[in-house]
Amino acid sequence: MKPFALVRPATLAEASREAAKPRSELKAGGVDLLDRLKEGFDSPERVVTIAHLPGLDGIHAGPPARVGALATLAHIAAHRDLRRLYPALADAAEGAATPQIRNMATLGGNLCQRPRCWYYRLAEFDCRKKGGATCFAQDGENRFHAIFDSDLVCCCLHPSATAVALLAYSGRVETVSPRGRRTIALDDFFVRPTKDAVKENVLEPGEIIETVAIPAPAPGARSIYRKLKEKESFDWPLVEVCVNLTVAGGVIRDSRVVLGSVAPTPRRATEAEAVLRGARAAPEVAARAAEAAVAGAKPLKQNAFRVRLARVTLERALREILA
Amino acid sequence: MGREKLRLGFNGKFHERDVEIAAGDPAPWDPSQKFSLLGSRVARLDGSAKTTGTARYGIDVRLPGMLYGKILRSPHAAAVVKALDLSAARRMPGVKAAIEIAKPGETVRFAGGEVAAVAADTAEQALDAIGAIRVEYEPRPFVVDPAASRKADAPPVFDKKIETKTSAGDLPSAQKALPRQGNVQGPRSYAKGNVEEGFSQAEAVVEGTYTTQVQTHAALETHGLVARWEGDELTVWASTQGIFSVRDELAQVLNIPASKVHVVTQYMGGGFGAKFGARVEGVAAARLAREAGQPVKLFLDRKEEHLATGNRPSAVQWVKAGATRDGKLTALQLIVHGNGGTNGGTGTSGPIKNIYGCINVKTDEYDVFTNAGPSAAMRAPGHPQGVFALEATMDELAARLGMDPLEFRLKNDPSEVRREEFSIGAEKIGWKTRDTRRTTRNLAVLRGVGMAAAVWYNTGGTGPKATVTIHRDGSAELVHGVQDIGTGSRTMIAIVAAEELQLPLERVSVRIGDTRMPYGPGSGGSTTTPSSAPAVRAAAYQACRKLAGLVAAEWGAPEADVLLTEGQFATRDGARRIAWKDACARLGAEGLSATAERAENHDDAWKHFTAGAQFAEVEVDTETGLVRVVRVVAVHDCGLVVNALTAESQVHGGVIQGVSYALYENRILDGQTGRMVNPNVEQYKIVGSRDVPEIEVVFLPVWDGINNTHSVGIGEPATVPTAAAIANAVSHAIGARVRRLPITPESVLELIDQKRAGVRA
Repeated sequence: MKPFALVRPATLAEASREAAKPRSELKAGGVDLLDRLKEGFDSPERVVTIAHLPGLDGIHAGPPARVGALATLAHIAAHRDLRRLYPALADAAEGAATPQIRNMATLGGNLCQRPRCWYYRLAEFDCRKKGGATCFAQDGENRFHAIFDSDLVCCCLHPSATAVALLAYSGRVETVSPRGRRTIALDDFFVRPTKDAVKENVLEPGEIIETVAIPAPAPGARSIYRKLKEKESFDWPLVEVCVNLTVAGGVIRDSRVVLGSVAPTPRRATEAEAVLRGARAAPEVAARAAEAAVAGAKPLKQNAFRVRLARVTLERALREILA
Repeated sequence: MGREKLRLGFNGKFHERDVEIAAGDPAPWDPSQKFSLLGSRVARLDGSAKTTGTARYGIDVRLPGMLYGKILRSPHAAAVVKALDLSAARRMPGVKAAIEIAKPGETVRFAGGEVAAVAADTAEQALDAIGAIRVEYEPRPFVVDPAASRKADAPPVFDKKIETKTSAGDLPSAQKALPRQGNVQGPRSYAKGNVEEGFSQAEAVVEGTYTTQVQTHAALETHGLVARWEGDELTVWASTQGIFSVRDELAQVLNIPASKVHVVTQYMGGGFGAKFGARVEGVAAARLAREAGQPVKLFLDRKEEHLATGNRPSAVQWVKAGATRDGKLTALQLIVHGNGGTNGGTGTSGPIKNIYGCINVKTDEYDVFTNAGPSAAMRAPGHPQGVFALEATMDELAARLGMDPLEFRLKNDPSEVRREEFSIGAEKIGWKTRDTRRTTRNLAVLRGVGMAAAVWYNTGGTGPKATVTIHRDGSAELVHGVQDIGTGSRTMIAIVAAEELQLPLERVSVRIGDTRMPYGPGSGGSTTTPSSAPAVRAAAYQACRKLAGLVAAEWGAPEADVLLTEGQFATRDGARRIAWKDACARLGAEGLSATAERAENHDDAWKHFTAGAQFAEVEVDTETGLVRVVRVVAVHDCGLVVNALTAESQVHGGVIQGVSYALYENRILDGQTGRMVNPNVEQYKIVGSRDVPEIEVVFLPVWDGINNTHSVGIGEPATVPTAAAIANAVSHAIGARVRRLPITPESVLELIDQKRAGVRA
């Protein structure tokens, strides 16, 4: 492992300036970073830690909610008001990884962690995610790769569970960078590999998520997060779905449907949203909406079954929420 | 000692046999024997040391001046090492030694094969230093897919003769008598009766092809050891299942006398069959330590552990079976192509030959070589695979005959022990109502119940020795060079000694895990307990008799007339008595010792295969294909159980490993590069706590008289039938035959789709 300098800035602004320097990596909980350092395909010269900075781990349920980037998944899962208002976020946080990891992993880190593609995670594969010329998964072992946008230059899955929920809740990240502050809607946060294969989001060098803001649920809002895993203990999802509906007068007025673990970015299922919007709020619409959600899937050789799992999981989630 | 009449049998059904007992060996216990400790639930003696972290495993050993070793491995699935230059690595900071493992000109035959090694002051320096080793590889064509490897134009894994670095306990790769064509070696053939005739007599015949995956051992503690030279003597602290086989391999490879090699294993974090020898990494550590003149610790990381330390071979088994209309088997046939990477010995014929009674049996076993990490013995080699194919076939044949699978098995199983186990398990799992339980309130979910048989063979053997010393304060010390690999051997032998001496457990001290002690057996093949326990009992018995002799002499009574009963020595007529403690007080500071050897197995006792039966209940989500194992009932013959707690723990472990094999574990190799893509415990999926079913363990005590404790090992049989029972349960649930492990969501959905489309799987 290459030696690195550990930088402990006194403020977030200083952290941002330090992290903007070349060959620097930002560290919060350090869960994902440690994995990458150990495997040796990321070898920063400087690790800028923000784990000690005060005031970044607060959870204010609101509504609207404001969650600090350093709030751990365990705290998010355990926060009663947050769970009452945003159950899908709490469920996404609670179902991720293992208790030990959830105690360390932060919301900011969960949003910014790198993909789990096994070709990317092994130093000996110089894949496109690492700036190389080949996506080994396209013609290789791709059971756990994209079923949407799989024909893009990189067919990894976006690994963040909280991103799926936050996208459904129209969340925004508030960031600090050497150039100042900005607010980015989750809708604009993720980067498709066609634009840039070596990054998953629009954050610039030195840009750090400070807070995640979630709008107040509309009257009549209902939301749900569901996923399927092969194992119940410590496993990455085969598919995730998150649905956020607004129901008024027995009719679905608004809907946001997000599929996770299906593409290089969390994916809005706009086709399903269109089916739901204006439909009667009853389980009968579930099958049609789920069908629409996966109509555009482009599975790879080994993962067509996950298209079906996505459809079934979404249909079940919709039935549950519309029952 | 001569011949003794023994009552042998099980479940209250005993028969008498005349058995020859060796001089100095106590006769096997009679079924009427009342035990104070044996068979009860005894917590491990080292339980608190393990749970509080004070137990020092090999991987925890730190010595003054100790260096860290690291191995450089080939990134190529096949390559000739053209040139190897260690000079830059030697100049790296902290580096004290560097050695070649592959010599220039040698071929490395799998990605992860060992090329060179270094030792440095810190583990990080060693890691950096292997990056500075210059290797010129000439990559060669390779093949990692066993099906592709069988084709005539496949790149040859071995150009000429088969060469594999072997270590103690490895499966044999090349068998002289076997023919080889391309990458396929075999067949290793077996025939009994005439299968063609058997099939012609059959009124129902089924056949099917069954595919199983590669499973890695994935022990919690990785392979490795710490090596320290003092002059020309070598001491190693190893993570091993066989301290004596490590000693002998180091002596042989390093060309030094075995008397100068000392191996210590006090605590050990799992082996499952791949840890009998010093292996490449152990020899490398010893060589590096010698070159550096400092101790070297070389333990592998998780990735190396998956790549290069062994695995359960994959297999493609074609099975055909025939029976008469009334349900008697007439023929069983197996053709298996096993794939152990660069190793052979991949056969799976044990179960089909040794479980059901059939007069016509034929098996042909082929080894298919690929450029993949070599297989090693793994918990009942060949058997979980073989039972999966055989027991699916039995279910299918029963269905063809319109018979209940349980009834069909009872008709064909010659083992009265297993027939009893089948009946016990069937009762406990609710076999009779399994069809009515298939549907659940959740329409998408179906339940299924399946069963499978286990067979195992080993009854232990000669070699082990134990010394028991009785001290003047009445305490006893037991010294026996067995290692406890997590199975509870330390506690098991203490129980045997304490039982024989009629002492409370805390009055017996146990020393194990050191080659300077009397020889102990390797821990494998379910042979440890039946090898160690009889030696320990004999030593305790002999020490006790010596003390009885002293007492008898004092009383002027014949030695044979003085017996130890209820903690005191007494004459047969009870006229004279002396408490154990008072008898011991007559000893000098030297105490009294006896060293005994394990006697030969009693060939004239009740010889039978170790039998087991497991039943699994599963839930299958028919829309997602996900399988959940709800419950497993495991009924086993463990001879006479020494420690019910750790014996149960062995069965729990076997079942859990079987669930993992049935549903999750799978080594995945990338066809483009030949490299393993999931060499971790995140993507190489091992069952977790939330995926473990409810497990009920039932032991059927069997008094076989083979050794003086009636003890039988349980490690192997516990995992033999689990995957098969689960697969049969899934088949029962969905009404379609599972023919592939692991049982993945997509494979279940495919079976359901085929069934709906009316395709016969």
